[in-house]
Amino acid sequence: MSAAHDDHHHGPAKGISRWLFTTNHKDIGSLYLWFSFAMFLLGGTFAMVIRAELFQPGLQLVDPNFFNQMTTMHGLIMVFGAVMPAFVGLANWMIPMMIGAPDMALPRMNNWSFWILPFAFAMLSSTLLMESGAPNFGWTFYAPLSTTYAPSSVTFFIFAVHIMGASSIMGAINIIATVLNMRAPGMTLMKMPLFVWTWLITAYLLIAVMPVLAGVVTMMLFDIHFGTSFFNAAGGGDPVLFQHVFWFFGHPEVYIMILPAFGVVSAIIPTFARKRLFGYDSMVYATASIAFLSFIVWAHHMFTVGMPIAGELFFMYATMLIAVPTGVKVFNWVATMFRGSMTFETPMLFAIAFVVLFTMGGFTGLMLAITPADFQYHDTYFVVAHFHYVLVPGAVFSIMAAAYYWLPKWTGYMYDERLGKLHFWLSFIGVNVLFFPQHFLGLAGMPRRIPDYALQFADFNWISSIGGFLFGASQLILLFVVIKCIKGGKKATDQVWEGAQGLEWTVASPAPYHTFATPPDPKLIHDQ
Amino acid sequence: MLPKAKLWLALTIAALTSMLSTSLQAAWDLNMPQGVTQISRETYDLHMQILWWCVAIGVVVFGVMLWSIINHRKSKGAVPATFHESTKVEIVWTVIPFIILILMAIPATRVLTEAYDASESELDIQITGYQWRWEYRYLRDDMNEEEVSFFSNMSTSREEINNQLPKQETYLLDVDNPLVIPINKKVRFLLTSNDVIHAWWVPDFAVKKDAIPGFINEMWTIVEEPGVYRGQCAELCGIDHGFMPIVVHALPQDEYDAWYAGQQEQAAAARAAANNTITMDDALAQGEEIYNRTCVACHQAGGTGLAPAFPALAGSSVVTGDLTDNIDLILNGVPGTAMAAYNRMLSPVELASIVTYIRNSFGNSTGDLVQPADVNALLQEAQ
Ligand SMILES: [Cu+2]
Repeated sequence: MSAAHDDHHHGPAKGISRWLFTTNHKDIGSLYLWFSFAMFLLGGTFAMVIRAELFQPGLQLVDPNFFNQMTTMHGLIMVFGAVMPAFVGLANWMIPMMIGAPDMALPRMNNWSFWILPFAFAMLSSTLLMESGAPNFGWTFYAPLSTTYAPSSVTFFIFAVHIMGASSIMGAINIIATVLNMRAPGMTLMKMPLFVWTWLITAYLLIAVMPVLAGVVTMMLFDIHFGTSFFNAAGGGDPVLFQHVFWFFGHPEVYIMILPAFGVVSAIIPTFARKRLFGYDSMVYATASIAFLSFIVWAHHMFTVGMPIAGELFFMYATMLIAVPTGVKVFNWVATMFRGSMTFETPMLFAIAFVVLFTMGGFTGLMLAITPADFQYHDTYFVVAHFHYVLVPGAVFSIMAAAYYWLPKWTGYMYDERLGKLHFWLSFIGVNVLFFPQHFLGLAGMPRRIPDYALQFADFNWISSIGGFLFGASQLILLFVVIKCIKGGKKATDQVWEGAQGLEWTVASPAPYHTFATPPDPKLIHDQ
Repeated sequence: MLPKAKLWLALTIAALTSMLSTSLQAAWDLNMPQGVTQISRETYDLHMQILWWCVAIGVVVFGVMLWSIINHRKSKGAVPATFHESTKVEIVWTVIPFIILILMAIPATRVLTEAYDASESELDIQITGYQWRWEYRYLRDDMNEEEVSFFSNMSTSREEINNQLPKQETYLLDVDNPLVIPINKKVRFLLTSNDVIHAWWVPDFAVKKDAIPGFINEMWTIVEEPGVYRGQCAELCGIDHGFMPIVVHALPQDEYDAWYAGQQEQAAAARAAANNTITMDDALAQGEEIYNRTCVACHQAGGTGLAPAFPALAGSSVVTGDLTDNIDLILNGVPGTAMAAYNRMLSPVELASIVTYIRNSFGNSTGDLVQPADVNALLQEAQ
């Protein structure tokens, strides 16, 4: 195996230049993951400010303008800085090892797509220190609040979004090129692990919609600085056009953040159930169907803008349809667990919590698709609860599951299982205490994005805040576990987990700096 | 896990569940309100129907999962089965959800079609969103009649918001001038905005729609019970998005008619008052009240402003400079900024008072007393 040939390869460079100039997929994967964790803590800090202000009725800590800056920055940083880069980091680390490739197809571009990110987020975060304050128009930045009425820092926001978009597009191109060109002999498309499949489809989504996001912010830029009126009604423009273009990006974006999560969970559940994934083919087709449907449902975010009834009906039916392939996924995971031989290490706990809590987010998603009911839910805390259920115990839990699952392969040591479980249980309790009451708040009529609320919302708000503080503090355990695991611990075997299948488990732990410089033995590639 | 750790875990869970359940009891009515219109009740039924479908599906799916987690664990000696891949099963769990979706879509389509039928309204009211207040304008058949139109501002005091006074029961949900409508009449709302996008929402009517500059959206309601109904702006619209509530008084027809006639009289009286003169004391008192209601969110108490978007009024070159320019700025706003045009939001008397107030407060001491007639002259000039 490749480990035997290590002395023929150069190892990593020393010092800071290793990280600045690296073209190694594992190093770049680590950079992405650390960067995403830093952004997770930063965005989380903003969330703590939000929850602290909402702990009691009345304004205590921040003024409404700063509160709006916090909700905006929290959303932007979590979506573009925490969740997306985390999945790109996992892709960098795992895709070459899963398909038996020596590295990513375009290693220099890989370096570049990572290293422009810190600049984008430094620029975005620096707006908090500017005289005008940070963007305060919500992460969905609806015009004209984000154009005619925006703080002057909006221009920096636009530039930062452009850089993030360029980074994502380069990352996506790299993944597509790697998966389509660099699979080891014998690794046919229908033998690829589902994580690779879901990422391949995600990469196409990224290439399709990131330019649309770039387009919409450029139209904003022209409206603000060059006197155009794309979104300015007074100049003959159309504020609703903004929402159509934004959500044409925004809805597939939701699936960009969840499809790789499906891939992670589809890897973990069979491992710890010691049983093959129930329906591999149908999982691939379901992923592709979800990706296709994600392009024709965008206006379900806009049921209250006053579309004609034909539009409302079309987007309602199309949105409901997404429940079918999503259901197929959930049923397959359950069928995989059924009559398996399960153990419950930390990755499995996170994966099971993902299936349950993501499905709950799916249920509320189905409720939101019902247009007349959406008139009541829209822009309330019910929506906040819904998308946080799919994104936090959904996407974020899957990232944590992945981190625990592959950490022994990355570091060569087993992580501290007791601390891992503690992290899981505190996160699980925290996230539910945080977000479950928000369903009630929304149904009772609390609008989202308000810094202060009427008295009947007080109880559920303080409960939600307590859950938020618990969830936030628990994430420091993860940091501790990871550092501890890098420093040492019980040696990990090559296979790490008893039930683990796939090429990444055939290389040494820790994975050598270069893997699969020569293609793996085709006999090692199994049916899925 | 250690026994001690288990104990702690159990205690925490017990504490959290008891906390949750007491709150649940206190607020069990925190489900979606059934409301007071046919559409709101049908929407509620639809919501509950879909909710129960989801609960049922959840019980089955999570039930199987829980069963497997309890019984099919390695520690119990479970040996993994080898079955996998079954087209039959895949078809079953594709088709059954599809059928359930059709069962959900049928009533949803029916309710939506009803909610979209705004024809044959008996009263039309134009609602305009402003940063951060609503304007209600009752549309007339006869243009010679006195027009009823007014602005509706939140009346909760800044002291309550800043925790200097105890909060009243209707904290953040009270306005100075509520919208008044008759019961059992089809009221149509024509919705637009003067600046950014807002959304007008009263949960008890199941009516929510965006107020968008350059667009006119329509919605309607038939309220069946007299009462006071409250809602809030539902689309992020800037700093005071959380502070633009909606209050609707639904009255029996005769009470509504009396109210409407009273409003017409008031409108006529206000036009007449524009020719009166006001005293310095009255102007300052009324000006302060208007400032605290309308200006304070941006220009702040003490006129300190919030640099750089919201300039200070204390020592401002505009406020201490040429009087006509100052009035002109308040009448017409500053395009491209958050400073709105107040020529229609405030009456000539109010405009005169607010200008007088800011020119003689926060350390400004121009000594100017503006009269409604001065404002009127400028307003007429603009026309
Ligand atoms: Cu508003």
